[in-house]
Amino acid sequence: MSSAPRTATERTKLPYCHESFHNLQELRHSASLANKVFIQRDYTDGTVCKFQTKFPSELDSRIERTLFEDTVKMLNNYYAEAEKIGGQSYIEGCLACLTVYLVFLCIETRYDKVLKKISRYIQEQNEKVYAPRGLLITDPIERGMRVIEISVYEDRGSSGSSSGSSTTSSSGR
Amino acid sequence: MSAVMITRKVTRKWEKLPGKNTFCCDGRVMMGRQKGVFYLTLFLIVGTCSLFFAFECPYLAVHLSPAIPVFAVLLFVFVMAMLLRTSFSDPGVLPRALPEEANFIEMEIEAANGNVMAGQRPPPRIKNVQINNQIVKLKYCYTCKIFRPPRASHCSICDNCVDRFDHHCPWVGNCVGKRNYRYFYLFTLSLSLLTIYIFAFNIVHVVLRSVDSGFVNTIKETPGTVLEVLVCFFTLWSVVGLTGFHTYLISLNQTTNEDIKGSWSGKNRVQNPYSHKSIIKNCCEVLCSPTYPSVLDRRGVMLEDLSSPTPSDASAASTHQSSNPVSQTTKSSAPLIPNEHTPDEAKPGIGSGTQKSTSSPKEEKPPSPTSPNAVAPAVIKESSH
Repeated sequence: MSSAPRTATERTKLPYCHESFHNLQELRHSASLANKVFIQRDYTDGTVCKFQTKFPSELDSRIERTLFEDTVKMLNNYYAEAEKIGGQSYIEGCLACLTVYLVFLCIETRYDKVLKKISRYIQEQNEKVYAPRGLLITDPIERGMRVIEISVYEDRGSSGSSSGSSTTSSSGR
Repeated sequence: MSAVMITRKVTRKWEKLPGKNTFCCDGRVMMGRQKGVFYLTLFLIVGTCSLFFAFECPYLAVHLSPAIPVFAVLLFVFVMAMLLRTSFSDPGVLPRALPEEANFIEMEIEAANGNVMAGQRPPPRIKNVQINNQIVKLKYCYTCKIFRPPRASHCSICDNCVDRFDHHCPWVGNCVGKRNYRYFYLFTLSLSLLTIYIFAFNIVHVVLRSVDSGFVNTIKETPGTVLEVLVCFFTLWSVVGLTGFHTYLISLNQTTNEDIKGSWSGKNRVQNPYSHKSIIKNCCEVLCSPTYPSVLDRRGVMLEDLSSPTPSDASAASTHQSSNPVSQTTKSSAPLIPNEHTPDEAKPGIGSGTQKSTSSPKEEKPPSPTSPNAVAPAVIKESSH
């Protein structure tokens, strides 16, 4: 592979940028894991699940700041929706208590429904935005809701030195 | 030996979880390590209720009302359901950091520490965060290799960090944390009601029957009554007291752990930043908040490396091992500083090539604020955004 595009803007001009799922597979087979960046939790509003929107410097050359911030803000919104204490959570709680929590064998909790939405959103973001830039987001639930893990991949063979075949992708699916 | 049958047994993630929990039913049930007192609790509740149904209920159903045993049955079912739910569910265990995350945190700590002179203790690992305009200190857990989220604490019996840790209850055989606190509270509340109910109707039964046949004959006919009254009498004080205590904690949105440590009491201490300053709102948050999911994924299937000849050390994708070769690919050079909390199997592998002096194993104790020559505690200040 002769000069693979390295900067974020170059990658957006790639012809295969819109082929989403195919690109994720390519990422795992042809790129090697270079680094991992961890976005920590933001506790300023208490113990609700919220992540810091501060842009990490390691991603400076890989992705635009606005795209990253939009992703994190969207995730924060989803988590806020899941943890909202309001009418629906009261009804769910009372119904569950009256049925001795057997009702959860039949219906899904609201939090689980939102977690599925989050999982779909992260997959979509990975396919459309992050994989074309050589990045991969891991769902925070796989890391105990402590961090958003972003794996940074480098194209194999483009660095020049014998990087070997150290392709171990221990992040996500 | 022509054909070798390889039976592929699916390995689920609970089998490889660190910590000292007990798992049953292929990972569906999760309990603490010591279960003896839990069996005693079960025995006392089931035993006393059986005696009640056997001795008192027939008489009371006939002479007073059939609703009495019916209500007792409902209450008993509720108590057992809450007990089993508290004991068998994940209290909110925080999984340990994978090596990359642990290294990332180590590098952050070292960046904040700056240069530590040889011979000096490294400063304690504390992060200050601002929650609702109060400064809260987050401590580093050497076992789990994470900065504990606010209100989380490490349970030494289960060897896990638990979110919103309340206490480890031997009676239910499990930790009480974010995910099962409301079941624990409902268990104590319903058990108080059940105990008062059985105690009251025992007295009523003895009185009614004594009117007919005399006190001594009553005891002879229903010997179980004496046992029930004894158990209920002693249980009453402790369980009702516990329920009252937890009601008080819920109204203030505090945990037992915080109450014992006096985190929010005292003049110079921070006020509780999690309290909504309204009893109703606090109760709603603790009892009516959405059911949090377990982040442990106990029943997930572990991916095994099919091409490796040694299946025992296969690099499963999501497993946490202390000597994970993946960490070599990441840019991390900070060795982990061993101390008395570091698990023994990790100690030989780390600390080699470290330039800091690993003088005393007791370096995690924070230096007293008045000692002038100690390095000031490294405080990683969290910028808000």
